[in-house]
Amino acid sequence: MASVTQNFMKLFRSSGGGQRETAQPAQKLTRRSSGLGELSRLWDSETPLCVLDLGSTSPSNIRFFTERAHKIYSEDLLVASTEPHLSTKDEQGNVVLDSRKFLAENLQYPAAHFDVVLCWNLPDYLDESLVRPVMGRLWSVLKPGGMLLAFFHTKDAGPDSPCYRFHILDKDALEMQRIVLKREARRGPTGAVHTAIADGFRLQRVFNNRHIETLFRDFASIKFFLARDNVREVLVVR
Amino acid sequence: MSAPLSVDLAQIGKSVVIKGELSGSEDLYVDGQVEGSIALKGNSLTVGPHGQIKASVEAKGVIVQGKLEGNITASDRVELRRTAIVTGDVSTQRISIEEGAYLKGKVDIQGKAEKAAGK
Repeated sequence: MASVTQNFMKLFRSSGGGQRETAQPAQKLTRRSSGLGELSRLWDSETPLCVLDLGSTSPSNIRFFTERAHKIYSEDLLVASTEPHLSTKDEQGNVVLDSRKFLAENLQYPAAHFDVVLCWNLPDYLDESLVRPVMGRLWSVLKPGGMLLAFFHTKDAGPDSPCYRFHILDKDALEMQRIVLKREARRGPTGAVHTAIADGFRLQRVFNNRHIETLFRDFASIKFFLARDNVREVLVVR
Repeated sequence: MSAPLSVDLAQIGKSVVIKGELSGSEDLYVDGQVEGSIALKGNSLTVGPHGQIKASVEAKGVIVQGKLEGNITASDRVELRRTAIVTGDVSTQRISIEEGAYLKGKVDIQGKAEKAAGK
C-alpha cells in the first residue's frame, strides 16, 4: 500500500501548485454525517461512555458529550505529530517520524478503555510513518464492540483539500472549520512539503476502499458511507 | 491582558520560579513558573498568559491563559481561554473553553452529588 499511497503523494506534490502565501480566514461549513448519525444511538446510553476525540480541541464536542454525562478525552494527534523531536532517519537516510517515540508520548491509555473514537480525517493528513502504528494503538484502546469513525477523501477531492476540524452540532450534523496553522513551527519536523502547507495541514494520500479495509483489517466490521463532498465516512467496530 | 483585580489576590510575577507545594486561602494569579502542586481549596487560580505550571491543581475555580501541565480538580469551574495550553485531566462541575484553546486530556464533569460522594 505504501507505494500506491506515495504515488498519490507525488501526484499531489506535482499538481498542487505553489504554496499558499496568505492565511485564509477559518471558514465554517456544515454537513450531514451519516456515520455520526449511526453513532448517535449510543449517546442516549445511561451508562457514561468514554469518547476519544482526536481532532483539534473542540469546545462544542466537549459540551456535547459532557452535557450527556459522558467522559470525553481530547488529543490533537496532528499537532502532536509536528513536534520537532520526533524527526529521525530511516535506513535509507530519509527523514521520517519516529513512531515509537510518538506512541510513547501520545495515545497513552489503558487497553479497551474507549467506547467511541472520533478519528475524523486524521488518517488522510497524518504522516505516512504514523498511520499504521496509530491505527494499531487505536484498536487496542477501543473496547471490544467499540466504534471508530473516520473520514477519507476520494481521489476527486484534490491535493489541496483543506484540513478541517469538526464540531458536533447535533446527532448527525457537523460544523467543519478549516484549520489555519498559526506558526511556521507547526509545519512539522519533516519539512513544509511533507507534513504541512503554509497555513494548514496537507493531504498526504488518498486511500481507496481496499486500502481502508486493509488499514482496519483487525477490526470486526467496517461500514462505508458515501458523502457528496468527496468524502467517504467509515465506521468500524472492534 | 491584565491580572484580575481582587482584594485578596496573591500574585506570582513573570520572573518568579517556584518548585514545591503551594497552598493558600486566597485567590492566586500566576504569571511565572510553578512546579509541584497547587492547592487552593476554597479559592481560585488564574494562570496568566506567561504562566507555566507543571503541577496538579486543586481549587474552587481555575482560569488558564498560559500553559498548564497536570491534572486540574476544580470544585466550581474551569475556564480555558484562547491562549491556554493544557495537558492533563480536568475534573470540574462547569467548564468553558474558548476557541483556540488546546487541551490534551480528559474532561470529566462532576455534579455536586458526585463530588460529595467522592466519585
